[in-house]
Amino acid sequence: MVIKGKVHIFGDDINTDDIIAAKYLVTTDDQELGKRCMENIAPDFVSKVAPGDIIVAGKNFGCGSSREHAPRALRGCGISAVIAVSFARIFFRNAINVGMPFLETDDARKIDEGDSLEIDLSSGIIKNLTKNEVYKTEPFPEFLREIVGKGGLMNYIRDRHV
Amino acid sequence: MGYTIGEKILLAHTGKKDIKPGEFIEANVDVALGNDITAPFAISEFKKAGFTRVFDNKKVVLVPDHYAPAKDLKSANQCRILADFSREQKIVNYFEVGCMGIEHALLPEMGIVLPGNLVIGADSHTCTYGALGCFSTGVGSTDLGRAYADGKCWFKVPTTIKFIYKGKLSKWVGGKDLILYTIGRIGVDGAIYKVMEFSGPVIRGLSMDNRFSMSNMAIEAGGVTGLIEPDETTIEYVREALGAKSPKAKGLAARCKALQSDKDASYEKIYEWDISRLEPQVSCPHLPSNARPVSKLKDIKLDQVVIGSCTNGRISDLRIAAKILKGKKATGALRLIIIPATQKIYSQAVKEGLAEIFVKAGGVFSTPTCGPCLGGHVGILTEGERCLATTNRNFIGRMGSPRSEVYLSSPAVAAASAITGRITHPEEV
Repeated sequence: MVIKGKVHIFGDDINTDDIIAAKYLVTTDDQELGKRCMENIAPDFVSKVAPGDIIVAGKNFGCGSSREHAPRALRGCGISAVIAVSFARIFFRNAINVGMPFLETDDARKIDEGDSLEIDLSSGIIKNLTKNEVYKTEPFPEFLREIVGKGGLMNYIRDRHV
Repeated sequence: MGYTIGEKILLAHTGKKDIKPGEFIEANVDVALGNDITAPFAISEFKKAGFTRVFDNKKVVLVPDHYAPAKDLKSANQCRILADFSREQKIVNYFEVGCMGIEHALLPEMGIVLPGNLVIGADSHTCTYGALGCFSTGVGSTDLGRAYADGKCWFKVPTTIKFIYKGKLSKWVGGKDLILYTIGRIGVDGAIYKVMEFSGPVIRGLSMDNRFSMSNMAIEAGGVTGLIEPDETTIEYVREALGAKSPKAKGLAARCKALQSDKDASYEKIYEWDISRLEPQVSCPHLPSNARPVSKLKDIKLDQVVIGSCTNGRISDLRIAAKILKGKKATGALRLIIIPATQKIYSQAVKEGLAEIFVKAGGVFSTPTCGPCLGGHVGILTEGERCLATTNRNFIGRMGSPRSEVYLSSPAVAAASAITGRITHPEEV
């Protein structure tokens, strides 16, 4: 699967309260959550996102609260993938479990606001079309690839049980 | 090579012969916890996938505590989803308002989480039970929905960082100060994907309430859980929680002994700190890692003080606050909000006369709720306001307006600061 989109840059330690504030956690609708994504730290973010756009961030993206509403809000506002230097553990789990694509690489620091990226999820190769650069990322371990391949955790276990 | 306590617990829940860090495992959980914010997603995922019965109605725990008692119509709907699911699935451990408490204070108090257990909760502060020698960790809603189906959760076996605290704690310094200091030293990603193991003579001397405060904030350093090897203090606490006659109390001491980390266990890193000169700590906006000694903070004026939460809403927290506030008044310009974490703690605080001390001091004494900690209700901050809270997060907008500020401290510093209206060392009052 290939994802193409423009980059929105965020810094280090972006927490899940930043991604979606607690006061909006009273719905299970991804689109509703998406309308409030990043509101506290970047109030005009949602209005700037075009479907398919990509977030690029520093270290420890998605730290703090376990709210799965965070990857769902990102997806709900049109974000197609997140690239970061590192991800907080629960966000990492949630992104795998709900099938939100993400890649971990130090090269995230080389990418700038507005760059156009093309990500090949099967090979983990990121092409920066604006800068004409290529970044390679480590593919996920097989166990996680299997979950992602099934489209998330519930599909993965449903095949075993139902 | 031996095992750490964390590795021992994970191994015991897999049916495998051995495990090693980095390996992916599927483990059987003893408890699967959810609340009014996270469980609705878990329940809808569980149902959407075609499942109809939870794996074990005694191992699923549901606590409406974040926005309960329901703060508005949407919260009421979320709480209703938990109540309906609990009835339909005959969930034994569903706690309605009136017997509800903040989940991470309630579960240990009820003897639902025990040393050696593997516990997942769709709430990041599930790591609190690490204080009991229980491998407990926060997961997402889909993880919880999956556990509802088959009682399992996937893990990447984490490495462990050991923290050894030596020396003698000064007066007014406790578990909260130790953990704020620790996060200040290693940063908010200092233990990312790793188990934190708290040990050494200082930990041995800490009460369970102080230990819970420490383990509670392991997540603020990115930790999977914050484990403390169970000892006499743990056993005494668990026996009281279970009741002496409980079959679960049988063989407890032997089980706790077997959980101790092996002498030849392998650690990714070992920190050893002498904390004899540690002052009460305060974490400044907007990260828990911005910890400073209280004496370094001059003239930080406050609009609100909150004493409560899953970090510091336990009875000994309220006792310390009451000791400082007794016969005194919170300054008129400031709102003082005190929230016992559970009904049991509430009733104990009334019995001991603590509630009266708080009310006479001009404080609000609330029913248990997570409320203000996450900007939910019972004390939201407006633009330009500043709060000192005994909670665990001071992110931008955490307690309300993105242009408000949250500082974090122990109940002692919070109570002293309520009297003066600025961040204050308890010695001063």
